[in-house]
Amino acid sequence: MSELVADLLAGEHRALARVISMIEDRSPGYREIVSELHRHSGTADVVGVTGSPGAGKSTLVDKVASTYRDRGETVGVIAIDPSSPFTGGAVLGDRIRMASNAGDMDVFFRSMSTRGSLGGLSTATTDAVTALDAFGKDKIIVETVGAGQNEIDVVRTADTVAVLVPPDSGDDVQMLKAGILEIADLFVVNKADLDGADRTVGQLKEMIHHRTDASGPEGHGTDDDGWTPPIVETVANAGEGVDAFVSAVQDHLDYLDESGRREEKVRSRYAAEVRTLLREDANALLAEELEARGGVDPAVDRILEHETDPYTVVADLIEPLESCLEERRQG
Amino acid sequence: MSADQEQAERTIRCLVAKVGLDGHDRGAHVIARAFRDAGFEVVYSGLHRAPEEVVQAAVQEDVDVLGISILSGAHNTLVPKILEGLKEYGAFEDTLVLVGGIVPDGDKEELRSLGVAEIFGPGASMDEMIDYVHEHAPERN
Repeated sequence: MSELVADLLAGEHRALARVISMIEDRSPGYREIVSELHRHSGTADVVGVTGSPGAGKSTLVDKVASTYRDRGETVGVIAIDPSSPFTGGAVLGDRIRMASNAGDMDVFFRSMSTRGSLGGLSTATTDAVTALDAFGKDKIIVETVGAGQNEIDVVRTADTVAVLVPPDSGDDVQMLKAGILEIADLFVVNKADLDGADRTVGQLKEMIHHRTDASGPEGHGTDDDGWTPPIVETVANAGEGVDAFVSAVQDHLDYLDESGRREEKVRSRYAAEVRTLLREDANALLAEELEARGGVDPAVDRILEHETDPYTVVADLIEPLESCLEERRQG
Repeated sequence: MSADQEQAERTIRCLVAKVGLDGHDRGAHVIARAFRDAGFEVVYSGLHRAPEEVVQAAVQEDVDVLGISILSGAHNTLVPKILEGLKEYGAFEDTLVLVGGIVPDGDKEELRSLGVAEIFGPGASMDEMIDYVHEHAPERN
């Protein structure tokens, strides 16, 4: 076992921080480390928190983390902020809201940027969650802006997904229909003291009802797997509704365990992980092969001259791999 | 297999931290933005942080560079506490610690001897700071 892994498992914060950096940077050796950590993971509850910018995610996460701490549980937080597509730089500001847990090392808070160009955000996040889990965190919260498929992929790896909706956000509720609704295990109307909160709660209720009617014959507000997303009203900065949120999360986790859905979820998560890694690695392998053959440009030149076409170029690249695999299967 | 690919240029991570009681964060904001535009990932601490909060952030975020902004004059008490904390968690060796703000010449030597790499006073240019970070950010593997 590598020293870094041993240190992490022994509870050294610095080792955990370093491992997450290696995961983000995809430093040489990070794969072996994640492999080793994998068998020590699988005990934490993972909660995803998403919602539009300014919905109050960071503030809620801060309060929730401190509630877990009061109950004697340890917490890991991964907060994801977008990076600039131009410079790759980012200002990661979620930490500012972490006032309730300041100085408490048993809340391990890590800011990550989307590092747009690199892709693989969901892989990096999944691996970072594995590291926090292996470290022994009881609860892991993944916080991300709910915009774009990348973020949705990230947050849907959680056991429980909470979607924050700010009050009086008719347009946002419309937007939610487009994808986030399906992944929400519970809704949070934060800033519930503001005008329009009741209306938003009403809209959400209607939407959930509609969804459940459409998805099952029962039509009594339960969806096809027996869970109706509750709506929790919070005023996160004042700490109101935080306990209700925490118990709603617990209800969902209990439901997952009792219904056997947790096991299904874990299975499909691992399956997705295998597929993603396979795609990334196969892609890297073939990109290397393309480079070795002189890169994409000469091929494009020939396509422009109508000497060949994209399908033929790809078929030529894939062919050796195909026949090699075929031979092995037969052998 | 794709080690060279995975070894794409490492993103430099910085923590810009405001410690103590002074509420002047304009400089810290300007620096955070300039660092971002230089392609760094910048974690901003927010105002009025205690030394142990800065240590917690620097350790957990695994930053290459810790920039401490102090305009209150309390650097002689706050900075050593931060450096001690970094040492306690094994983060001192590979974190470049910079101080920005108003530090009398007489105190600069003291801070340097404690382990602060550089002190940037009023009038220091952004480019100068960014170049310094590029040059001195700790090598890691």
